Amino acid sequence: MAEINLVEAVNLALAHELARDEAVVLLGEDIGANGGVFRATVGLQQRFGAGRVVDTPLAETAIVGTAIGMAAMGLRPVAEIQFSGFLYPAIDHLINHAARLRNRTRGRLTCPLVVRTPCGGGIHAPEHHSESPEAMLAHTPGLRVVMPSSPARAYGLLLAAIRDPDPVMFLEPTRMYRLFRQEVADDGEALPLDVCFTLRGGTDLTLVSWGAMLHETQAAADALATEGISAEVIDVATLKPLDLPTILESVARTGRCVIVHEAARTAGLGAEIAAGLAEEGLYSLLAPVQRVTGYDTVMPLSRLETQYLPSVERIVAAARKTLEAS
Amino acid sequence: MSTVARFHIDHVRFLDPQGEALGPLPDFARDPAQLVPMYRAMYLTRTFDAKAIALQRTGKLGTFASALGQEAIGVGVASAMRAEDALFPSYREHAAQLVRGVRIEESLRYWGGDERGSDFAQARHDFPNCVPIGTQVCHAAGAAYAFKLRGEARAAVCFLGDGGSSKGDFYEGLNFAAVWKAPLLIVVSNNQWAISVPRSAQSATATLAQKAIAAGVEGVQVDGNDLVAVHHVAREALAKARAGGRPTLIEAVTYRLGDHTTADDASRYRDPAVVQEQWSFEPLTRLRNHLVGLGAWGPDKEEALARECTETVNAAVEAYLNTPPPTTAAMFEHLFATLPAALVAQRDEALRFTPRKAGGQPGGDHG
Repeated sequence: MAEINLVEAVNLALAHELARDEAVVLLGEDIGANGGVFRATVGLQQRFGAGRVVDTPLAETAIVGTAIGMAAMGLRPVAEIQFSGFLYPAIDHLINHAARLRNRTRGRLTCPLVVRTPCGGGIHAPEHHSESPEAMLAHTPGLRVVMPSSPARAYGLLLAAIRDPDPVMFLEPTRMYRLFRQEVADDGEALPLDVCFTLRGGTDLTLVSWGAMLHETQAAADALATEGISAEVIDVATLKPLDLPTILESVARTGRCVIVHEAARTAGLGAEIAAGLAEEGLYSLLAPVQRVTGYDTVMPLSRLETQYLPSVERIVAAARKTLEAS
Repeated sequence: MSTVARFHIDHVRFLDPQGEALGPLPDFARDPAQLVPMYRAMYLTRTFDAKAIALQRTGKLGTFASALGQEAIGVGVASAMRAEDALFPSYREHAAQLVRGVRIEESLRYWGGDERGSDFAQARHDFPNCVPIGTQVCHAAGAAYAFKLRGEARAAVCFLGDGGSSKGDFYEGLNFAAVWKAPLLIVVSNNQWAISVPRSAQSATATLAQKAIAAGVEGVQVDGNDLVAVHHVAREALAKARAGGRPTLIEAVTYRLGDHTTADDASRYRDPAVVQEQWSFEPLTRLRNHLVGLGAWGPDKEEALARECTETVNAAVEAYLNTPPPTTAAMFEHLFATLPAALVAQRDEALRFTPRKAGGQPGGDHG
């Protein structure tokens, strides 16, 4: 079994599905000969042909719009938007069409579409290349929103997304593309959507996060462990629909919860999780829920991005606050 | 300095407004067996249209977009399509939809506020009405790509309006289809008005057909009130699409004789005298005169057709009004293939709080 990084896992999953199902088609900017600006599709056009790995003209609206037409006519398109900051021209198609085609035709037409896009900051990228749009997308009824946080979950969740009969937004944390390697078997085994993954067990508090922020969150759990504090770490993975029961079950045991996300705070998914805890888990809480998030500021250019991104120190401080509260 | 590109746009018209042939006609245009069904479809569309407006005015239908005066475009194009092709209409193309086999009661259900109206019993691959302007061009281009990739001799046909040709989606879809050499026919029903904005304020181009040229696509302008011209260019475009997978843009010039929708009052922004003048160009009289000239039509047939269309529409209205109300659970049934666990509690809440008499009246509770 090979040790691969997250972007290689994405490539492996795409290749697996292209080989398994001839309805699978990739489309996007620079995904052919160039193999994608992050190399997620490297070698795929050579292997599967330019008809199934399509370099499109430079127009995000039509990348998603045409993919919807392909999906409704029986293909399984996987569209790549080069950076999530360039997703916005396609939002009309995602909200008005992809998310509701099944509903508005009572199931006559469907939209088995995956839109992959790198997201998040921390790689010193240019302006508009470090967005975290997951809450915007999760607010749309009819869309699934998935974000992997390791090579194995990228592989397994992407297989699941491509095989799912409905549209899936697959947000790939850019900062994790090459952060670490892990053994991933190319066994075609999908991971389940719509469930959280508990990455480590703990008894004193629950840390909830997703995507690249799990790197800092796990580091915070390590730091807390040196002080004898046992933190459970949950990777939400599918942000919509949300697996609240797993989080509730954990918090019922630990009594404390810190939610960590890179996206801006207001109306972020941390608020949704905190509201779920307040509605259904209030009496098991021993301390107020804490959020450690990006600020309600514009995502700064690279020189300030480390000040924007939640740090291990901020997460540890929030964890301490929950522990001091009772 | 040298010229690196030139273009010209043809205008196609076979029948003058009185229905007189302006020159040699294509074969089908001398064949009553082919023309009469198209005349019938135009007549049925107009009968349906008038009935739908009457239903809206009496509180039995929601907002409705009339196709009055534009019947030749939808009928002429859709009659050139094959069952296996796919239609991507705007919300004003029930002429095309009726030809495709969409039932009048289905259309009424849609305009009456019920998603079941877009679950067509026939035309299973046709998209439902597209309300976000021009977006359907992209969907049609993608569908055409799918047909081409699988080596199927099918074409995608989309309709939009003159206003829609200002949208980026239109240019992007057109451009993708051109690069892909995809079997796509784009029909711009240029009815001169985008709600209250006239064609002159919509685009500075001499024609809308020439917008195709920038994408490397053949563009042609046709008299959209001349069924023979519309059907002729649509047949040629679809034959070309099926044979080699090349897109075509047809600008069909017509005039919106009605309001934008039943929620609009066009007398606020356009001169009724001009609208009255436009009635002398409308498509049904023109085709009827041509059929009379061929010896294939007369007052008896016209009367029988009127009766038949009225009966057909009345039966459809009956079926529409007798449709059982949609269930509350239907909101959740088709959101995803399988309802996610996270939504079960919301569905149960909706069911728990459903009043005994739910689902609204046909046309909506607003009356």
